[in-house]
Amino acid sequence: MGYAIEMLNITKEFPGIKANDDITLKLKKGTIHALLGENGAGKSTLMSVLFGLYQPEKGVIKVDGKEVKISNPNVATELKIGMVHQHFKLVECFTVIENIVLGVEPKGKFGKTDYKKAEEKIIEISEKYGLAVELHKKISELTVGAQQKVEILKMLYREATTLIFDEPTAVLTPQEIKGLLEVMRNLTCEGKSIVIITHKLDEIKEIASECTIIRKGKGIETVNVAEKTVQELADLMVGRAVSFKTEKQEADPKEVVLRVEKLNMKNKIGVEKLKNVSFEVRSGEIVGIAGIEGNGQTELINAITGLENKFDGKVILNGKDITKSSIREKTLSGIGHIPEDRHKHGLVLDYTLEENLILQTYFTEEFSKNGFIKKSKVSEQSDELIKRFDIRAGKEGKTIARSMSGGNQQKSIIAREMKREPNLLLAAQPTRGLDVGAIEFIHKELLKTRDSGKGVLLISLELDEILNISDRVLVLFEGSVVAELETKNTNKEEIGLYMAGSRKE
Amino acid sequence: MSEDSIKRISPLISIILGLLLGYLLLLLVGYDGNSGFKYLFQGGIKGITEGKYRRIGDTLAQMTPLMLTGASVAFAFRTGLFNIGASGQMLFGGFVAVLVGITVDLPPVILPLVATLLAGVAGGLYGFLPGYLKAKYNIHEVVIGIMMNYVSVYLVQYLVKILIPGKYVIESAHIPKEASLKMSFISNIFRGSPLNAGFFVGVIALIVIYVILEKTTFGFELKAVGFNKDAAKYSGMKVNKNIIYSMMISGCLAGLAGATFYIGYTNHIKLGTVPTLGFDGIAVSLLGKNSPIGIFFSSFLFGYLKNGGSFMASSTDIPRELVDIVIAIIIYFSAISFVIEKFLNKLLVKMKKEGK
Repeated sequence: MGYAIEMLNITKEFPGIKANDDITLKLKKGTIHALLGENGAGKSTLMSVLFGLYQPEKGVIKVDGKEVKISNPNVATELKIGMVHQHFKLVECFTVIENIVLGVEPKGKFGKTDYKKAEEKIIEISEKYGLAVELHKKISELTVGAQQKVEILKMLYREATTLIFDEPTAVLTPQEIKGLLEVMRNLTCEGKSIVIITHKLDEIKEIASECTIIRKGKGIETVNVAEKTVQELADLMVGRAVSFKTEKQEADPKEVVLRVEKLNMKNKIGVEKLKNVSFEVRSGEIVGIAGIEGNGQTELINAITGLENKFDGKVILNGKDITKSSIREKTLSGIGHIPEDRHKHGLVLDYTLEENLILQTYFTEEFSKNGFIKKSKVSEQSDELIKRFDIRAGKEGKTIARSMSGGNQQKSIIAREMKREPNLLLAAQPTRGLDVGAIEFIHKELLKTRDSGKGVLLISLELDEILNISDRVLVLFEGSVVAELETKNTNKEEIGLYMAGSRKE
Repeated sequence: MSEDSIKRISPLISIILGLLLGYLLLLLVGYDGNSGFKYLFQGGIKGITEGKYRRIGDTLAQMTPLMLTGASVAFAFRTGLFNIGASGQMLFGGFVAVLVGITVDLPPVILPLVATLLAGVAGGLYGFLPGYLKAKYNIHEVVIGIMMNYVSVYLVQYLVKILIPGKYVIESAHIPKEASLKMSFISNIFRGSPLNAGFFVGVIALIVIYVILEKTTFGFELKAVGFNKDAAKYSGMKVNKNIIYSMMISGCLAGLAGATFYIGYTNHIKLGTVPTLGFDGIAVSLLGKNSPIGIFFSSFLFGYLKNGGSFMASSTDIPRELVDIVIAIIIYFSAISFVIEKFLNKLLVKMKKEGK
C-alpha cells in the first residue's frame, strides 16, 4: 500500500514565527491519519500548505509518489485534494446544490447550468456515503451539522480522493459527531484517504490508524494509534504529563457574592427564555451551570452582565442591586466576564494584544491621564500578562489579535479578566475549542480564582468540565433551573437526565 | 528587503507605473509625451528654485480643501463609517462661513477665524443626522449621506437666495476682503496665488486627528466601536454615542474644508452643484491609507497633478480631456498600490526561496 500524500520536511514561516519547522507527514492510502497538536502548534498551517493556501519556504509535497507544486487551491482540487475548513466556506443565501457545484457547474444548453445533471450525481454520492441533505434548502436554513455535510459533498463532487478535515467536530453535537465519524469510516472503505486535525483524543483513538504529533511548529513523532493510550497521546502533544482530572481542595464558601432573583426574560419574538431563575454564588465556590445549548444560558449571562437589559427580576452583587446598572458600572463594581463568543464579544480582532488587554480599563487612572493613553503602562501590563499566562504571540504585545491562534486569544481574554481581580467571574465556555494543555491551565486558573475568595459562575456545555471543577451544579432546562446538586454527590448520568428534561427536582 | 519596506515603497512604485502608462497613452494618441510630461511636472512647482513661489502656492491651495475632506473621510473610515456626505457637509459649512463673513462685523483676522470655526461646527451638526440614524435605527450612513448631499445643495441655494443673494442668480454675494482666509503675508510670499490660511487649518486638523486616533482614550473608543460594536459594548463603551461623535467629527472636518474653499480659495458660493472635492476626499483618504501623514502626501499629489494638469493643457496642444485621463490613470494606479504590494511580496518569497 503506497502513500496518497507525502509532505516532506515542510517549513513555513510568518513574520516573527516559524509556524512549521521541518515537518514530515505521510498519509497511507485508504486510512485516516490524525494530526494532533496544541492550539497554535501549526496544524492548520500545515494543512493550508497542502491545500495550496500557503507556499512553504522549504520542503517537498508528493501526491501518489509524484512531486507536485500546489500553488493555489485550484491546483489542489485538480490533484483531488479536498478540505473542510473549520469555518465553513459556503454561500449562505445559495441552496445546497448551488453551493456544491459552485465553480464547477455542469454546462447545459445556452450556457445555463444543468442542475438536473448535478442533482443526479450528488444524490448518487450522498447515498453511497450516507450523507443525506435536503438539496434545495438554503444554507442559512441548515444546522451546522448539515452544513458540514454540504462541505463534504462539495469535496466528493469534485472527486477528491484525499480529504482534509480541520477540527470537524468542534462545532458538532455528540450525535452529529457520531454520524460524522461513521461517514469518515465509510469514506475510507471506498478507498479515500483522510487527514483529520483535532485535539479531541477520544476521537483519534476511535477512528485514526496513525497520528502525527506536532508541538510548537515541530514534528515530534508519528505513532500507531492502537499502540498508545489517550494519556500517552496527550503527554506527547503537550510535552509533559498532563492530568485530565484537576486536583482541587474542598471548597470553603463564605458570603454571597451574586444573587439573582426571579429572572424572567423573553426574546425578540416573545418566547420565554428564562423562567423564574434564582440562585446564589458565594465567595470561594465555583457554581456550574449545565444544560444543552439554547436552554437559556446566553440569556442568563446577558442579564447578569448587562448585555441585555430587558428582563424582570433582580441581580444583586455584594448586597447591592445592580439590575439596572450599565455594563461599565457592572464591570467596575467587580464582575469579570469571559464571554461565550470570543470573536464577537471578547476581542477587537483588529486591535493589538496589548490594546485588547485594556478594553475595559483604558480610561482608568492606571492607563490614562487627561484623556491620553499611557502607552508605556499599557505595554508594561501586556508584558506582565504575556509572561504570567504564557500567551504566545509573534510580536508580543504588538501582535494583532486576529493573527493569534484561538487558544492564545482565549488566554488573553482570561488574562485580562483575571487581572482586574473581579469579585465574581463569569466564565462562559472558557475552554471551547482548546486543547488539553490549555484546558488544564484554564481550569487551574479558575480554581485559583476560587481559592483567592472570589465567586465563579461557570457556564459550560461540556459536562466533564462542570463535574471536574465546579462545587455545585445548577441544571438549566428550557429556561428554568430544574436541579441544584452538590458535585460530589452526583454524576454524569444524573445530570444528563435533568439536562434532557426527563427528570425534575 | 522586508515586508515593511515593501509596504512603504509600493505607493511610490505604483505612482511611477501610473506615470509610465499615462506617458504611453500620450504617445499612442500621437502627442508629444515628453513636452506634455515636462509641463505636467513643472506646473506644480515651477520657479521654486528661483524664489518664484506662485506655482507651488497654487499647488498648496489646491491641496488645502482635499487635505480636509480626505481627513474627514479617513476619520470616518477609521471608526468604521463611510462618510460619502462630505460634499454636502463641506457645502453647508462653507455656506455658514460665507454667511458669517458677509453679515458679522468683527476685526480682520478674527472674522475669518470665527467664520472657519463656525463652518466646522455647522459641518459637524450636518453630520449629526446620518450618525444619529445609523446609531439609533441602523440605517446605512451611505444612503443618508447621499440624500443629505442633495439636501445641502438645495438648502444652501434657498438660504443664499433669502439671506445673501449675489449679483447673478447662480451665485451668492461675495465676502468682503477682511473676511477672507487669504492673508496678505501669505499672498506676498506666493505672489498672488490663492493659497490661504486654510492650509494651516488643514495641517492642524491632520495633527489633531492623529492625536485623537492614536493617543487618546476617546480615539481608542471610537476605533473599537468601528472595528467591533459587540466587543465595544461588552467593554462598557457607549456604542451609539460614539457613532454619532465619529460622524460629527467627520462632518466638522468637511465643514472646515468648506471654509477653506469658499472663504479662502474663492470668495463666494456657486449655486446648484455639489462640490466634488468631498468625493475626491475618498480617493485622497484611500491613497493615504487613511492615515493623517498619508493624507498629507496624497492630497499634495492630487493638488500637484491638478495644477500641473492645467499647465500642461494650457502650454501644449494636448486637449484638456486627455490631460484629465492621464491624471486619472496616475491616481488610479496609486489607489491600487495594494496590488503592487501583493505582487512585490510574492516576488520577495520567491527570491528568498531561490536564494536559499
